[in-house]
Amino acid sequence: MRTKQMLVALLGLLLCSSLMFAGTVSGKVTYTGTPAHQKPIDMSKEPSCAKQHNPPITTESVVTGPNNALNNVVVYISAGANDEGQVPSQAVTFEQKGCQYVPHVLAMHTNQELKVVNSDQTSHNIHPLAKVNREWNKSQPPGTPPITEKYDKPEFISVKCNVHPWMHGIFAVLNTSHYDISKGGGDFKLPNLPPGKYTITAWHEDYGTQTADVTVTGNETKDVNFTFKAKAY
Amino acid sequence: MHDMSTHAVQHHAPPTSFIRKHVFSLDHKVIGKQYYALALIAALAGMGLSWLMRIHLGWTNAAIPGLQLLSKNGAPGGVMTPEYYLQLMTMHGTIMVFFVLTTAPFAAFGNFFLPIQVGAEDMPFPHFNMMSFWVTFVAFVVLMASFFVGDGPTLGGWTQYAPLNAVGAVAGPGQGLGVVLWATSIALFCVGQLLGALNFIPTTLDLRVKGMSLMRLPLSAWAWFITSCMGLTAFAVLMPACILVILDHVAGTSFFVPSNTVINDQLLPHSGGSTLLWQHLFWFFGHPEVYIAIVPGIGIVSHILVTNMRRPMLSHRVLIYSMGALAVLSYMVYGHHMFVSGMNPISSLAFSFPTLVITIPSTIVVLIWVFSLYGSKLRINSASLFALGFISMFVSGGVSGFFLAQPSIDIMLHATYFVVGHFHMVMGVAAMFGIFGGTYFWFPKMAGRMMNETLGKIHFWLSFVGTYCIFMPFHYLGMAGNVRRYSTFVDDFLQPLIPLHRFITVAALLTGAAQLIFVYNLIHSRFWGKLAPDNPWDATSLEWSTATPPPFDNFGGQHPVVYHDPYQYGVQSSTGDYVMQASPEQVKTEHEEK
Amino acid sequence: MAKFFAVTIIVIAILSAIPILRHTWVAPEDISTHGRLIDEQMSETMAEAGISFLAAQFMLAVFIWKFSNPGPTATIKKFPGGAKGLVVAALLVVGVEVMALGIFGVKAWANVYLTPPSASAMPIQVQAGQFAFYFRYPGPDGKLGPIHPELINEGSQNFYGLDPEHDTDSRDDIVTAEMAIPVNKEIHLLMHAKDVGHSFYVRELRVQQDFVPGLDVSLHFTATKVGKYEIVCTQLCGLGHYNMKAYLNVLSQQDFDDWLKKEAAMQ
Repeated sequence: MRTKQMLVALLGLLLCSSLMFAGTVSGKVTYTGTPAHQKPIDMSKEPSCAKQHNPPITTESVVTGPNNALNNVVVYISAGANDEGQVPSQAVTFEQKGCQYVPHVLAMHTNQELKVVNSDQTSHNIHPLAKVNREWNKSQPPGTPPITEKYDKPEFISVKCNVHPWMHGIFAVLNTSHYDISKGGGDFKLPNLPPGKYTITAWHEDYGTQTADVTVTGNETKDVNFTFKAKAY
Repeated sequence: MHDMSTHAVQHHAPPTSFIRKHVFSLDHKVIGKQYYALALIAALAGMGLSWLMRIHLGWTNAAIPGLQLLSKNGAPGGVMTPEYYLQLMTMHGTIMVFFVLTTAPFAAFGNFFLPIQVGAEDMPFPHFNMMSFWVTFVAFVVLMASFFVGDGPTLGGWTQYAPLNAVGAVAGPGQGLGVVLWATSIALFCVGQLLGALNFIPTTLDLRVKGMSLMRLPLSAWAWFITSCMGLTAFAVLMPACILVILDHVAGTSFFVPSNTVINDQLLPHSGGSTLLWQHLFWFFGHPEVYIAIVPGIGIVSHILVTNMRRPMLSHRVLIYSMGALAVLSYMVYGHHMFVSGMNPISSLAFSFPTLVITIPSTIVVLIWVFSLYGSKLRINSASLFALGFISMFVSGGVSGFFLAQPSIDIMLHATYFVVGHFHMVMGVAAMFGIFGGTYFWFPKMAGRMMNETLGKIHFWLSFVGTYCIFMPFHYLGMAGNVRRYSTFVDDFLQPLIPLHRFITVAALLTGAAQLIFVYNLIHSRFWGKLAPDNPWDATSLEWSTATPPPFDNFGGQHPVVYHDPYQYGVQSSTGDYVMQASPEQVKTEHEEK
Repeated sequence: MAKFFAVTIIVIAILSAIPILRHTWVAPEDISTHGRLIDEQMSETMAEAGISFLAAQFMLAVFIWKFSNPGPTATIKKFPGGAKGLVVAALLVVGVEVMALGIFGVKAWANVYLTPPSASAMPIQVQAGQFAFYFRYPGPDGKLGPIHPELINEGSQNFYGLDPEHDTDSRDDIVTAEMAIPVNKEIHLLMHAKDVGHSFYVRELRVQQDFVPGLDVSLHFTATKVGKYEIVCTQLCGLGHYNMKAYLNVLSQQDFDDWLKKEAAMQ
């Protein structure tokens, strides 16, 4: 009996320490140079959507913040996390609202359930242009139940709606749950990292990929920053 | 067992096994019934699809309970998606045009009655005839299979315009495997019809019995003969066109895809193809196809009318020449489908004039029918009602052709519901009335039992009034600019037209339901109908000289000899007011062919 | 039953004609300079087709009424003149009628398709793609920059595949989702298809023309009335066909210039 109690206590201690010593990687994503002008979107073809945006929204291929901050960058652990098998049980949701994708970039774990919701009064077709995964293309009339899908291989997938050609979004299918999308001032944060060596990758839809290696030793917060070179056109 | 007699007639012994008798039969009568059964199943499927489409058009975002069971992606929560609407529409058109309007009046009735009407024992190539049906059957199975694969059937419409038909799945659901299955099915269908034409032509030319000169052939036989000549040249063009589409999909060719095609922001690897090439090939088939669907109807209706008017047509020859003129002109008018296609505008004018000219033989046919009624002793029964209804529909659908024949007016009406109303009336409903008339008229000979006349008349009344309620408003919609092939009416200018669409939907559901009366009558009469005499309608042509149902070799080992014109009614003979073609009795007639 | 049938045919024929005579559902008012001839051609055809329709249905009905189920004493009568008279009548009456329609129609057609646009016509390019129209105005230099299909990226609003970084002609091109045109000014519409077949249909303008992939076609017209109209696609192009549309704004020259300036600023 004693040995069993000892073991339980030891296990508890280990668990606590791993939580206590969970490191965090955080930082900022910025750009240099002049990013391309984001054009306003004319939705006049779909009046029910056009009237929701005054002034009109712009394209979202480059979304910036103050002090050269670059948002909508997927920052994730591309090596060292080893959590491929731990698929989160809750679904991620991708919404079509005002003929726009919310969020513009949606990250998810491989095999995690993806829910696509149509909040508009018009019919959309959701057409993720997958190359590695199976490509599908489905319409979703207003008022119909969410479409649920899964992707089993990691891939950055461009999503479009052919009925509303301006609609553009990204599915970032990753082999890990340690990811964040930079927002606000280009900030991202990857918490709950056990001690270890990691490769952090930052991916932007127009500017490509950057990586950084980082070692997390204990209960610390490591600062990692990424800087992308902007393209004027 | 071959009888090496001097006759050009094929002799074969009646089969004994079930399979050779009812499944892989060489008997033209069994093959005709098989075609009829296929057409009936196809027509019910096509009608079911039109119901779903009409409900969706009337009440777009309403759920149709249970539809999600047919296709989970096509109807999430029972609400039809735009692509599923187009897929159902494509299948409706393809099934109806090919597997109903081509098979029933031509292949079904033609197979059963052409050899009997010329006095032959069978077609000259019974194995080809059997292949013709079974290839058509496989074509139907391949087409229906596309409901159950991947993204479902193609959504490109029955005309399958290029390059939508050739670029593959990037262009939308069903445009990959769905198109390949469609093109395979239609190519097979063409093979079936070519084999059929190969039999019909020599049957008419070479297997006529003694005394049966060409001018003594009944009008129905002439119609099948003319149709088979059209089929031979039309399907021979569609088949290679379908093969080229398949190659664009599976072999990386670019027959129908031009360079610099960008879909989903991706530049396609195709280059150098022509999209107008498809339209030329398709309509070179497609316009004769309209006449392939309607000319047998003209023949069948003439045959029924003349029997029930109890007098010969005002002119037998003029009707035959008019059908022939329709067939020849049908090849010279096909460009009227392409007035605004980007074809040279001079060509549009060149195609416009033959199209206007084709109204002349059509008018002559109608005038001969109507003025033959003058001074006749018209008998009203289910068959003659449908034949008369055919004339009414043929006129209604025909006059709208005046508009569509003119390129300048086509600018307004092209691709609107006006066109849909036009071809549904003249090629859809009129041809269906021909099929119904033929069924009520010939069912006793085919099945050996009479159909129920009361149910037949109820079926006629509901169908006649119902189809006008459905298709007349289509013309009004078109005149207001209602574009066809829209799954939902989102444009501002279409909103005031939605109540009219709802009226059409209700009419379509009721008229469709009335067709179930026909199906019931058909099945019930097949098993429990009153036994039919050999010649229930006091008719003259050879099919009424033989037993009911006809024996395996049609005339019980004898060869009839023909002494008279096909329609010697209004005479005084020992049988009454008619003398049969095979009767040697000499009577005083107004006119007699040699 | 035959008499009832005859009455039914007549009732249906009359009911069918009523909405046409009352103009219940008709094309909207014409706002083009060429449309009048088309409308006249339409009404002439309607008159001739309508008369043929009513005459044929009435004749059919009357003969069914009169000659069905006759008594045993009735005899067969032949229509005076026989088939020959009918054939001659068909050739003369219908032949002349349709030929006249055809010949008069040539003018209406030629007006749209066989006359070249005037030199002062304003060029506007329209591109059709699954499932939207986009319009391009050449800007102050009067030149449309070249299209690079591989650069098309709808997500970043590069619908035409323009490369302003390298092509100076493209820099001042104005790409819009709505079409605006000045009133009473001839427009030379250059039609380009990005992917599959589409069509350009404006009911009020009496204009319908398919886009031909791989072949740029053109069209010219003049709008005579200020207003907002709908451009719709009439060639089945895929699942979004029903929703492929754009608005056409016919503006006064002043309003048009302002609009173009505003659009140029948003590029």
